[in-house]
Amino acid sequence: MRRFLITLSALLFSAPALAAGGDAKLTHIDWSFNGPFGTFDQASLQRGFQVYSEVCASCHSLEYIAFRNLADLGYNEAEIKAIAAQYEVEDGPNDEGEMFMRPAIPADRFPSPYPNENAARAANGGAYPPDLSLMIKARPNGADYMYSLMTGYVDAPEGIEVPDGMYYNASYPGGMIAMPQPLYGEDVEYADGHAAEIADHAKDITAFLAWTAEPELESRKRIGVASMIFLLLMTVMSYFAMRFIWADVKKAKA
Amino acid sequence: MSQTQFKNPVVKWVDHRLPIFSMVNHTLHDYPTPRNLNYFWNFGSLAGLSLVIMIVTGIVLAMSYTPHVDYAFESVERIMRDVNHGWLIRYIHMNGASFFFIVVFIHMFRGLYYGSYKAPRELLWMLGVVIFLLMMATAFMGYVLPWGQMSFWGATVITNLFSAVPFVGDSLVTFLWGGFSVDNPTLNRFFALHYLMPFVIAGVVILHIVALHKFGSNNPLGIDMTGPQDSIPFHPYYTIKDFFGISVFLTIFAAAVFFFPNAMGHPDNYIPANALQTPAHIVPEWYFLPFYAILRAVPDKLGGVLAMFGAIAVLFILPWLDRSPVRSAKFRPIFKIFFWVFFADCLLLGYLGAMPAEGIYVILSRIATVWYFAHFLLILPILSVIETPRPLPQSISSPVLGGGGAMAGAAAAPKEKA
Repeated sequence: MRRFLITLSALLFSAPALAAGGDAKLTHIDWSFNGPFGTFDQASLQRGFQVYSEVCASCHSLEYIAFRNLADLGYNEAEIKAIAAQYEVEDGPNDEGEMFMRPAIPADRFPSPYPNENAARAANGGAYPPDLSLMIKARPNGADYMYSLMTGYVDAPEGIEVPDGMYYNASYPGGMIAMPQPLYGEDVEYADGHAAEIADHAKDITAFLAWTAEPELESRKRIGVASMIFLLLMTVMSYFAMRFIWADVKKAKA
Repeated sequence: MSQTQFKNPVVKWVDHRLPIFSMVNHTLHDYPTPRNLNYFWNFGSLAGLSLVIMIVTGIVLAMSYTPHVDYAFESVERIMRDVNHGWLIRYIHMNGASFFFIVVFIHMFRGLYYGSYKAPRELLWMLGVVIFLLMMATAFMGYVLPWGQMSFWGATVITNLFSAVPFVGDSLVTFLWGGFSVDNPTLNRFFALHYLMPFVIAGVVILHIVALHKFGSNNPLGIDMTGPQDSIPFHPYYTIKDFFGISVFLTIFAAAVFFFPNAMGHPDNYIPANALQTPAHIVPEWYFLPFYAILRAVPDKLGGVLAMFGAIAVLFILPWLDRSPVRSAKFRPIFKIFFWVFFADCLLLGYLGAMPAEGIYVILSRIATVWYFAHFLLILPILSVIETPRPLPQSISSPVLGGGGAMAGAAAAPKEKA
């Protein structure tokens, strides 16, 4: 019987490992949001947001994030309004039937840098810069993958021909990636004065995108811990209730 | 049905006209249950609980879900982000499917080990196989609804299997799709059917329980109850034991939902469906992997489809393949060994289903597939003839031969609790 359970758990825990297989090199980082008690580092999220706005946003959309969501990063309402106002979004039609541009408000989502996929491809040599909202959840070991990808631009190994418009990245499956190296370090000067090496940029943008992928992460884990305490108590109590009720059956046996 | 006398006059009045209280009393209190059930008998009630969890969370999800190719993925993300605790409902539903299958797989292996499918419980077993089939169909269609890459390509691969049907295959697939590829009509009908099927399952579950209550539960010794000394009332003994089982189950389930909600999913399903880009490896959900391995093990398309459905069909005729009169593997030394080999074979098939169909994996899946069928079609029929079972105990309550053991004990029936 016990064998049964052991093999079953082996099956369960091997499944994600199987799914995570791949040949690309990954750097494993001890993220603050890992583990059952993990939380986001708000300062890092804010810096990551800065990296997104100054670098990534020129090509990549953030479809599922609204400006109001930035409250999670520690911005207050006035700050969020100010951030939103820097963006223009299309609205309408107005009373004349015309579409018009207006400054964004907190309820708006981040506008896409391109009007449609074809325009995005045309501007990027045929490659489509994917939306980043879910990127960390949409790749195996998403956070480590993102960090490794950001820091994985190296010279192609001997004998590998990199075609025009492609770049070599040791962490990208297959090595050839259409995205030129986005981060070099020092190119984003952090508002909070934090060191701005390429590793810092990569860590912060990853943390930011981990938040965009799972904005519920902190409350999920918080409710999770409370639920575990409740359920473990319930388990212990129902165990002793069971022992109590079964006592006379067990005694009859002895 | 017993002559129950209720004291409360309202209860009495109602029960005289509508005997629901007698019925509840009959199923919970008067219903005699073997006194020696082990924890593997918890998984029936756990499966029932899983079905209820899936139906409740599913109905709530349907309130915010949009079954349209242009909006399905986004509506799921809206549930995850903008619906209050939508992420919780969705993660419960998503992981609930996996846990439902874990529970049902254990429930089925328990039936195989203790011979619960044998007379007089053949129909009970067969109804269970029907539930399993319906569950697989429901889970498959549910996985399509978020309209991610694996949803789309999984649907494409699996529906394409029906093109292997001779003569009408292609028309059949067009009929299933409602068009010439997996598209909006497919998503719409899958949503409609995904909403319908759980209620069909619930109906079959009721039949499953009616059939169960006719002869009562099998038990680890696999022998019939001979009298009141062998049984105890279901309530309170098994209600509290089931409640304890449910507590343990919910604890593990909650740990997955809150701390590893995506561990049993596939990252590709967080990429919106794209008909122009095939994922590198199309793999079904983990609970389909053994059947997927059987499908791919056969080099012929029609043959593979037949083998895959045959792997479940063979369960229907299992009561007539295993002719041994002894139910429990406890008293069947050779059967016991083959049971564990079969169990390992199923795990191996599951592993192979997740691996690419190349090299050593192909050979291994063929061996494992042949063994799967040989277990049912050769080993079990032969074993029922050549195996000498160990002597069975006289009754559940009387001393097991050779003394000792958990089942040995005095005949005194425990006093009933109110």
